[in-house]
Parts: sequence; C-alpha cells; structure tokens
Amino acid sequence: MHALDIKLLRDFKRLWIQATAIALVLACGVAILLTSVGMYSALSETRTAYYERNRFADVFAHATRAPLSLLSEIARIDGVMSVEARISGEAILDIPGRTKTAVGKILSYPEASNPVLNVPLLMTGRFPNPLSTHEIVVNEPFAQANGFVPGDSFSANLRGQKRDLTIVGTALSPEFVYTIGPGALMPDNAAFGIIWMPERAAAAAFDMTGAFNDVSLALSVGMTPAPVIDALDTLLDPFGGLGAYDRTIQQSDAFLDAEISQLKGMAAILPPIFFAISGFLVSMVMSRIIALERSEIGLLKAIGYSNTEICLHYLMLAALIAVVGVLVGWLAGTVLARTTAAQYAEFFDFPFVIFRVSYWVYAVSGLAGLLTTSLGAAQAALKAARLAPAIAMQPPAPPRFKRSFIDEAMTRMRLAQSTVMILRSLLRWPLRSFLTSLGLALAVASVIAATFINDALDEIVDLAFYQTNRQDAMLLFAEDVPESALEDVRNLPGVLQAESQQFHAAILRNGHLSKRVAVESRRPGNDLSRVLDADRNPLDVPPGGIVLSERLAVHLDVQNGDSIEVEFLSGRRETFSVDVTNLVELHFGLGAYMDFEYMNALFRQAPRVSTVNITLDYQQTEALHAAVKDTPRISGIVEMNENRRSFQDTIEQNIVVMNTIYIVVAVLITIGVTYNAARIQLSERARELASLRILGFGRGEVSYILVGEMMLIALLAQPLGWLIGAGIAHLMTNAFTSDLYAIPLVLKPATFTLASLVVLSAAFASVMIVRRRLDRLDLVSVMKTRE
Amino acid sequence: MPDIIFRTEGVTKVYDTGDVKVYALDGVDLELFKGELTVLLGPSGSGKSTLLNILGGLDHATNGRVWFDETELTNMSDRGLTKYRRDHVGFVFQFYNLVPSLTARENVQLVTDVSPDPMPAEEALELVGLGKRMDHFPSEMSGGEQQRVAIARAIAKRPQILLCDEPTGALDSTTGVQVLEVLRDINERFGTTTVVITHNAEIQRMAHRVIFFQDGKISETRINKTRLAPSEIVW
Repeated sequence: MHALDIKLLRDFKRLWIQATAIALVLACGVAILLTSVGMYSALSETRTAYYERNRFADVFAHATRAPLSLLSEIARIDGVMSVEARISGEAILDIPGRTKTAVGKILSYPEASNPVLNVPLLMTGRFPNPLSTHEIVVNEPFAQANGFVPGDSFSANLRGQKRDLTIVGTALSPEFVYTIGPGALMPDNAAFGIIWMPERAAAAAFDMTGAFNDVSLALSVGMTPAPVIDALDTLLDPFGGLGAYDRTIQQSDAFLDAEISQLKGMAAILPPIFFAISGFLVSMVMSRIIALERSEIGLLKAIGYSNTEICLHYLMLAALIAVVGVLVGWLAGTVLARTTAAQYAEFFDFPFVIFRVSYWVYAVSGLAGLLTTSLGAAQAALKAARLAPAIAMQPPAPPRFKRSFIDEAMTRMRLAQSTVMILRSLLRWPLRSFLTSLGLALAVASVIAATFINDALDEIVDLAFYQTNRQDAMLLFAEDVPESALEDVRNLPGVLQAESQQFHAAILRNGHLSKRVAVESRRPGNDLSRVLDADRNPLDVPPGGIVLSERLAVHLDVQNGDSIEVEFLSGRRETFSVDVTNLVELHFGLGAYMDFEYMNALFRQAPRVSTVNITLDYQQTEALHAAVKDTPRISGIVEMNENRRSFQDTIEQNIVVMNTIYIVVAVLITIGVTYNAARIQLSERARELASLRILGFGRGEVSYILVGEMMLIALLAQPLGWLIGAGIAHLMTNAFTSDLYAIPLVLKPATFTLASLVVLSAAFASVMIVRRRLDRLDLVSVMKTRE
Repeated sequence: MPDIIFRTEGVTKVYDTGDVKVYALDGVDLELFKGELTVLLGPSGSGKSTLLNILGGLDHATNGRVWFDETELTNMSDRGLTKYRRDHVGFVFQFYNLVPSLTARENVQLVTDVSPDPMPAEEALELVGLGKRMDHFPSEMSGGEQQRVAIARAIAKRPQILLCDEPTGALDSTTGVQVLEVLRDINERFGTTTVVITHNAEIQRMAHRVIFFQDGKISETRINKTRLAPSEIVW
C-alpha cells in the first residue's frame, strides 16, 4: 500500500467521529431514496404484474339493466379487445357473532367459462359450483378479518330475501387491491366484503336473468379509453348507463395510484436535502483539514507529488466518508424498504409483492452519495492542489479583521470582549456562518415537515367529522327511495333525527376540462351533513346554482360566478348549465353540491333520497343494526364514529413511525452540523483559547466563546428553519393531494416550538461534547504548536 | 573545476503586498557546482530561503533566469516543475515537515512511491542511522531523529541535489552536529550537490563554498580551502 494511502486511512481513523456524523446524514438520504424508490418500484411493478396476470380491465361501466345481447355490440366498439359482463349488487350481511351489519358487494361468477377480465385469484378452497344457489367465494381479507374458513356460513339480505351463503373459497382480485366500503374512508375488512356468487344465483337474486348491470372492457394495446367510453355510454344509455370510466376513477386503482405518486414525491423532495447537507458538512470539514495540513501539502508538493495526486488524496477522504455513508444507507434502506413493504402488504391486498430494489437504485444512490461528498470536498481539494508549495510551507497569514460600523456599535454597546470575539468570528466568515445556520435550519425544517401533519390531520378530522359530517351514521339505500322513507327511518329503533341526502353521478365540464363526481344535494337548513363556507358557517346552496370544492374548481379552472355544464349520468342523462355560486374547502373527495328541490326538479321527479343521515341513541345501536339487517332496501350502514376511529388509527400508526424517523434524522443532522462546526472552531481557536486560559480566563469563560458562538448560530437558524419547514410542508401538501384527499397546510406555533426545541437541545448536547475537549486542552503544547 | 549544476542570471523576487513592494531577491547571479556542499549564509529576510525555493522549483522568480544543468527552470510549467522536483530534488526543512500520521518508514515511502529510481526506504533510514526506529511515529522521536528521517526521505530518491533550509535550526548543538554529519556523509558518498541555508556562521566551515546574502543580494562568495568535519564545529 502506498504511503499516501496509509496516511488517508489514518486520517480517516483520526476523524472517525466527525466522519461518522457526516456519513450518517448521508446514510439517511441514501436510505430514504432506496426506500421510496424501492417501494415505488415494488408497488408499481407488483401492480403491473398483478394487473397483467389477472387481466384487470381498462374501462368499467354500470347500468340499471342491460340485455346480454348488447354485449356483441359492445365487443364491436373500435379498440375493444375483450368484454366481461357481470351482475353486481350490494347486500347487508348478518355475520354470526357480529352485532353490527356488514356490507357485501356481490359479483357474479360466470357459469360457462372462467372470467375473462378482473380474474379472481383463488387463495384457498375452490370456486362455487355454477348450479349452486348458496356457494360463494369471498375476498381473503374479509374472510381473515371475520375468521372465516371455507365451509363457514353467514346470511345476506338480497333484495329482501334473507339467504344463507356458504363460503367455499377465498380469493383476491386486481379490482380490489384497496377495498373501501360505501361511505367509508378507510378499509374495514370486517365490515365490507367482496362476494363472488354463481351467475345463475346472482341473476335470480337481483332479477337479472338474461341481463347484466356491470361491464368491464379490456382495450387493445395503445388504445386510449376516451373514444371507447363515449361509444360505450351511447350503447348503455337506453339501459340506465351510469357513465363509463377508466382506471383513473376505479376506486382501488386510484388509491394505489395516489400512493405511488406520493412515494415518487418523497423520493424527489427528501433525499436531495440530505445529500446537500452531507455535501456541505464534507466541505466544512475538508476546508478545515486542508487548512491544518497546509504544510503537509507543501511538503508533498516539494517531494514531487502532482496537483492531481494531492487533489485526489483529499477527494479520496471524502469518498471514504461517502462509502461508509452509502453502505450504512444501503443497509438501513434495504431493511426499511422491507419493513415498509410488509406494511404495504397489510394495507393493500396483493397476492404477491414483487419486492426487488433494482441494482440501479443502489447504483444511483451510491453515485449520488459519492458525487455530493466529492462536490463538497472539491473546493477544498482544489484549493489544496492550487496552494503554491513555497507559500504552503509558510504559516498562513492571520485572518484579516477590519473595523466596520458593526464594531462601532459593539463598542458602544460595551459588550464583553468574549462576546465581541463571537460576533466578529460570525461576521468574519459570513458564508460559513450562514451555511452552518442553513444546515441547522434544514434540521428544524425536517421536524416541521414531519409534525405539521399531526395538526393537518386534526384539522381534517375536525372539518370532516365535527363540522361538516355531524351525523352518527349514514343509512345507504340500494336504490334511491321516495323521501317518505325518511319517516320509516325515524321509526327505526334508536334513531333520534333523520335527514335526507341525495347523490347523483355527473360529469362536470368547463370547456375541454371535465371531472366525474358525485353531486350531493340536501335540504336547506339540514343540520347533520353540512356544507360550510370559508368562514365555516353553514351554507345552503341556492336553487339554480352549484357549490364546488376548491380543488374541483381548480381542476375545472372555474371561479365563483362562472357557469359550468353538469351532465348527469343517471335518470334521463340530461345536461344543464349551472352557475357556480360558492367554493368550499374540503379534504376528502371532490365535492359538488346542489339544492335538494332543485336537483329533483332537474330530474323531473318527486323528491328521492340516496342516503339518510341519522343521529343515534347509542343504547339502541344493536337494535338498530338488527332492524337494518332485515330491511331490504337498506344496503349499508356507516357509523361515523367508526369511520373516524379507523381513519385516526391508521393514520396515527403511520404518523408515529414517520415522526420518529424524522426527529431522529433532524437530531442526526444537528449533531453532524454542530459537532463538526464546533470541532472546527476548536481547532482554529485552540491557540486563542489557550492564550486566554494562560491570561487567567476560567474554563467557563473560555467555553462561553465556543458554546456561545455555536448556540448563536443555532438560534439564528431557527427563523430560517421555520421558513424552510413551512415551504417543505407546503410542497408536501401539494405532493400528497390527489382527487381522493387533500392535506391542508396547518402550521401551529407548537409545531415550530417543538422543532426548535429538538434542534437546539441536540445542538447544545453536541457542542457540550466538544466543550469537554477544552478542559483537556494542554496549554503548553498548544502554545508550542507551530502555525 | 567541477561542472556547473545551477546558474542564475539577475533573479529577482518581488512580493507585492498591495501597498508596498518587497524585494526578497534583487538581481542574484549565481553559479553552483556539481558535488559541492554550499552554505548560504545571511540574516533572516536576506533572501536565502526565497532563492532555495526558486532553485528547488517550489516558486517562480519575478524576473531573471534560472538553469538546472542544461534545463531552464525560469518559465517551466507547474507540471514540469513537479516532475523536476520528483526526479532531481531532495528537500530538508527546519521543522522536518514529517507527516505525523505516518511512521518513519512510511514517511520515506512517500518519496519512494513516486520516484523513478529510489533506494528502499529501509536503506535510506539505515544511512541516517535510524535502522532501529523505522516503525516509530514522529511524535515518538526526538527532534534530531525526526530531522534524520526527513533527510532519509530527501535522499531516498537518489536526488542530484539536496536543498536544506535551516536543517539544524530547531536542534541543540549535539543533535545538530549529528544531522550535519549525515549531510556531509551523503554529500561525500553519493556526490550529491548539497545546499544548506543557515544563519549559524559556524556551519560555513564544513562547506566547499559559502555564499553570503544581504538584502536580497549576494554580498560575498568564499571558497573554503580547508573544511572542518561537523564534529569539529561547536556552537
């Protein structure tokens, strides 16, 4: 091994604490990159493979009742490769041992052949006998959540007929990777299940013999869905078609897609921050090393080492730090990615997960780590290379201090000399002070970016559950019913208050922009489910107008007072031009609201309701569920408390993990920055501080200079950190916002306080570790050191 | 008369500090001869070290010309100077300039790693009497030992010239004499042209040639008819 390489390794050993601090920050960046890209590719590759193997459809449509003879016409639509017609319906389930109702989505399983599209993958048992009236296959998560195994039975209310069903198998389907029951916000596998029933039995139950009400299409490669959707809508129109849609609106795929783009956002926003910080730390440390090794550099040049060799020598030191950081990052990232993959497997129902962090991700993250540290070291290494040998051999000139107006001010303020030393040092190296501050500011920002989500979620829960949706439960009807049903609902046990609400699928259009949504309507003055204006006051939609959520307005590029086209996908499928009368804030879904009477007038019908919102006497919940199980027209009951609880539970679990990771990361950054900066301070000022000690300064007074300067920098970093944190939080709310939900930007003083406390404490602890070296300062030898 | 190895013509070196121009060298014409041990003598600030730096290819002259053998160093590129130092020049400094994280042997290897025809590091250390201290770090050695490591490092490449800047400046006289013994030994055994800077006037008595500096100029050149052995020198 060459002597220069030996020097390299020994230098690295000597600097190991500083090097480790930097390497760990770098490792964070590498690990997050690996995890997010790894998860991103795992999710998208798994999705692609699963969709291909089980032939997930491209276009979906529902109708009231279409004849099977229509299928050949659908198959002839240009670009359609295959067609699958099904019968689908919803049923209230009565599960033994469960007091509350569960909802089942029933899908017919073809009699003659295997399904062509959306092929269920059998996990246990077998598919039902085509001639059986009671055999079914259920989705595996539903079976697991309820402890079902093949052979178990439960009863279902199929349009008024109570029927016992026997599970003969469990399956998974690409259509239901993420399964949410009607009206629910989070998956609840015990309360919502997918039921595959033989075609013949399903047709009998839903009165669909010779007909279908659900159709899926696969398109030829390269075919865009839009023209097919138009053609399909035209064909289904006479049969109560509800408007065809592509995968982007298919619930399961939309959620999966939102998750995948979040991972993409995470991979793009976070790792660069860590890489930048480690680059900066390397640059800080390398500049100091080169200042300290000035005469060694001169010597190497005198001996005959070339500029390139010297430059490389110092770059190699940075590369060693990168190697450690990258290796730790790879290890942590691999473990983290695997853990996250396991979490995802719980969240999404895949039959398999293709977990493979590709080699290129390792390569790219490793290269990025190497590149940033090299870039960080480059300036210092080039400076070393450029040092003229004759000058390098001489001690450096003392730094130039000049009197400025600030000094005048300091004199006038009669500051202690030690305070003047601190301030002058900050001003003498403004760039370095700023960059150190920036490093700490990023640590503050990292805490803010993680913890603001807590407040954002509180805000979401408050707005969604305590202000807008204040009902205790929603009763869902299989089909819209006359408003007189409200009276029947009021007579159900435990119902204290009941209000009607109506939903209609519609396409909203403004020029070329369009969005498919469910338009809601309710009676003016309704108190349970409310629309709130910007000041959070209840808002009644004026007849003749429509109120949109802000995100929907942005999507359609409309403002208050603009007029949009509303094409209803049910009833007579008529299109109306309606004025936007108000925009409202909403975090779940894309809301659109109309007046109840007005909507019914547009449909030219007597008032009908889709759901009834109720308040409950909780003592009678069981009786209510029992009654609902026997009410044929009710297809489901959604308890808002449970909805809220499952939302909060799921989110909280994730947030605790995320907050912990980010706070650890912030602490690592802080230690990395502060420890290194303090060590550099100490090495630069050793002579100065030792001189002060010889002059009679106490340890405390001398420590004040070191600790004071670092803590002053840390304090100055706070407002900058708050600003950057707010910026990152803003970026994250944008990255996490999809059609499905929006994260509001809620920034509370407590978030900033926590972030500052974490960073200031970590900074103080790190600088105190360095301070201990001051006590061990050997005054005599320090004074002898030639510099 | 031996061959000329260094020749300078009107060499000046000006340090421009903004307000004032400082003439470190002010028109130096000089000839140094192969195999000789030359002592440059003068008070500090008289320009000795500046000249040594220019001869060693560590620095450029502001004006004038410098030749090493037939090669002109005056306008040589940085790369050219690096190769010149690597192939021909050995340096010894007042403060030894050893790399503290390397042992004696490794410090010498720094040179043997990059020279075209070096002697083994061990041999160089034997030559300066440190055969038994090869694996010690600088911090474990006395000043004299450290300086001998520095000399071993300088000679390991078998340089044609050995440039020593105050090699005994940081040493007491006994240790200083040991170091001078080594320098004379090298000079005699390998015929290495040796230039020693000092402001210790006694050392001139071991030189073939003594050049006196004053205010950036050569004030006098003297050739010693009889030379003393370092052991006979006392200060």
